[in-house]
Amino acid sequence: MRILFEKRQSISHRAIITVPIVSFLVALLLGAVLLLASGADPIKTYAAMAKGTFGSMYSFSETLVKAIPLMLTGLGVSIAFRMRFWNIGAEGQFVWGAIAASGTALFLNEYIPSWLLLPSVIMAGVIAGAIWAGIPAILKAYIGVDETLTTLMLNYVAILFAQYLYYGPWRDPEGYGFPGTALFPESAWLPRLFGRAHFGLIFAIIAAIILWFIFLRTRWGFELKIIGENQTAAKYLGIKIARNIVLALFLSGGLSGLAGAAEVAGVSRRLQTGLALGYGYTAIIVAWMAQLRSIPVLFVAILLGALIVGGDQVQMVMNLPSSVGLVLQGLLLFPMLAGSLFTEYRLRLIRPERENSQIDAKVES
Amino acid sequence: MNNQRQHTVLEMRGITKRFPGVVANDHIDLELQEGEVLALLGENGAGKSTLMNVLIGLYRQDEGEIYLRGERVEIHSPSDSANLGIGMVHQNFKLVRTMTVAENIILGLKDLPFVPNIREISEKIRSLSERYHLKVDPLAYIWQLSVGEQQRVEILKLIYRGAQILILDEPTAVLTPQESTELEGILKILTSEGKSAIFITHKMDEVMVFSDRVLVLQKGKLIALRSTSGTSPQELARLMVGRDVLFRLEKEPCQPGDVVLEVRNVKISDDRGLPALKDISLKIRGGEILGIAGVAGNGQGHLAEVVTGLKRPQEGQIILNGHDVTRSSSLEMIRSGVSYIPADRIGMGTVENMAVADNLVMKGYRKEPISIKGILNPKQITEFAQRMINLFRITTPTPATRIKFLSGGNIQKTILAREIDACNGLLVAVYPSRGLDVGATESVRKMLLAQRQQGRAVLLISEDLDELTSISDRISIMFDGRIMGTISSDEAEDEMLGLMMAGIPYEQLPSENAS
Repeated sequence: MRILFEKRQSISHRAIITVPIVSFLVALLLGAVLLLASGADPIKTYAAMAKGTFGSMYSFSETLVKAIPLMLTGLGVSIAFRMRFWNIGAEGQFVWGAIAASGTALFLNEYIPSWLLLPSVIMAGVIAGAIWAGIPAILKAYIGVDETLTTLMLNYVAILFAQYLYYGPWRDPEGYGFPGTALFPESAWLPRLFGRAHFGLIFAIIAAIILWFIFLRTRWGFELKIIGENQTAAKYLGIKIARNIVLALFLSGGLSGLAGAAEVAGVSRRLQTGLALGYGYTAIIVAWMAQLRSIPVLFVAILLGALIVGGDQVQMVMNLPSSVGLVLQGLLLFPMLAGSLFTEYRLRLIRPERENSQIDAKVES
Repeated sequence: MNNQRQHTVLEMRGITKRFPGVVANDHIDLELQEGEVLALLGENGAGKSTLMNVLIGLYRQDEGEIYLRGERVEIHSPSDSANLGIGMVHQNFKLVRTMTVAENIILGLKDLPFVPNIREISEKIRSLSERYHLKVDPLAYIWQLSVGEQQRVEILKLIYRGAQILILDEPTAVLTPQESTELEGILKILTSEGKSAIFITHKMDEVMVFSDRVLVLQKGKLIALRSTSGTSPQELARLMVGRDVLFRLEKEPCQPGDVVLEVRNVKISDDRGLPALKDISLKIRGGEILGIAGVAGNGQGHLAEVVTGLKRPQEGQIILNGHDVTRSSSLEMIRSGVSYIPADRIGMGTVENMAVADNLVMKGYRKEPISIKGILNPKQITEFAQRMINLFRITTPTPATRIKFLSGGNIQKTILAREIDACNGLLVAVYPSRGLDVGATESVRKMLLAQRQQGRAVLLISEDLDELTSISDRISIMFDGRIMGTISSDEAEDEMLGLMMAGIPYEQLPSENAS
């Protein structure tokens, strides 16, 4: 018997759905082995995780709090990745979104009418994120600077600058020395839907639908697809590559900036320590697991958000380290990468009899 | 090196290699003598590389045998061929830029100790490089070396590993004239030591300089075997481009209209700064096909890119329908009705991972009703694609099939459909029927003639003399970035085309040819 991998003539939609689900189950199995080795009962652990993440409206809202920034950054990253632009700077774009939103909320509230303050806060975040992604995009598109380095390095600049702000000039003088700014004025708060789950969820859903539409039905999306697949062809077809890369990265960074703005305006309501938790990096896993498709990003983000919250839960309930969630997150990637083969390829088993008969036929002819 | 006692070191007998839809090698015989340089001459797609890939084990032949010093050998992988003393210098060097020459040479050797003695190895390399005049510092990093030096490293690598048969794939394509002369000397020394070389090329002058014998391939078939001293560049040119007349196309008399394209004194340099087009001027009228003949690499590609706006000339003017378009972008050229069928169908002409329908609409998607205000209309796209598929007889399972699963002929028909539909004035076609089977070739040529009938100007760049003489009205012959002469296709004769393709201007042709 011979196993043959055959390239599919068109992408299998069934595989797109089943691969992430099967990968998740495989990751749970691998995680179970690890849990057993460390002396914990995997079933009880998983049950605790599930209960802590989806067990009640409150716990689900906490899962969403983690999932919302993952959705928005995941969408942002997937646009860039579709263009083969390896934007690993979503973290920095997220942090800049938070900084710009905070600055607007804290220092411009006197100049902006209160009904306009929240929209200004959000827009400031979007623009700051877009600019932060635009810098490496322009460097790459016009002078060919490698984007993996620039986007990664700019993360540190953003994170450290945010720290400087809330430890230094922006620190709340009445904050008893806690590293963080003062609370935003109430007119800059992003409304909450239930629990702590905030309006950012609506932004993410709208953004996903818009992106889906852009890539499915617009001329611009069509051009982006061509650039992502074959730049030589794009150039030959008269598509302006550099301009499109920069525009797409503005959108990519803008979404991460939106995530940052929603995070400070919706959750902490101030710029404070514990902002940069690595959403921008987890976003890379989200984007790949969703195969760079916008609607699936939403669901994958909820799943990974649940792993973060679930990790905290097992720490509290089972006395296990909270990194269990992170370990599962890591374990997810392996079956996922292996499984993505099946969306492009089909497995065919060839029985030896048939092969022989083919050879015989050849000889006869 | 015409030794009296000749030893055959390598023999390939009846090598046949088929790819879907194409016979890349059709019962080819090759014999290589000890100490000789055998040139393998043929246009792109003639099957030279396939034959050599069979020899080094990258492909497995469907039929035929390989004998090494009289013994039959089976070559399944490049390591098999390396063990048998056969090595190849690829066109794109396989060197690690951040490692030294010595490290690159021993990279991948199996019988190395865990910690190789670099000094000892360097000494061995140094003595080899002196012996063969392959001047290179074993401790230099690859990125520090010029292209010519890198090529020497590749040759050294093969010699270090004990190769007796060296295959050089278009080795001069990347070299300066001085470096080419040095390579000539290196080959002389190698062959005087009893090593043999196979030299892949599509340039006749190189055959004359480097080789002892020459094997001419054409469309996968062995056309001729000549001793270099007994042939001429002209004969080789004629053998290479071939004259097997497949069919005759009915051609209406030419009814030229206004001048559509005028190129005036255009000059351009290639990526390395060497002149690629040296003062090119030409005119094409509506309803006329101007053929550009010439061996590949004489500036034809640059000419196509200059008139389609993909490259800007450094000097000169391009006039389209009376307007100066020298500074126009490719998008502006597309908008003014210039269509382009590129030589590289897969890499440039199509996006292989996208659907046939998407590929068909890649020029028309900017126009109504396929898109309105930036929004695509999927129904219109499908209808358009279906119409093109029927009109141009593209064989595809569905319009949604990814184009890479189509045959070469159908991929080309897809490009033609898209370009002809978008064309309004000038159609530039580069090697439009290369590698296609007889049927597809015929339909491609008919489509070009139909464009001429509709009053469009066609610039046809081809290596196929049969194609040029059968469908073009006039033929310009390019050599080394210049036009050697322009003749009416009725008066075109092989001999005279061959002479001009070998670099002799029309005015200097011997009078019996120029009559």
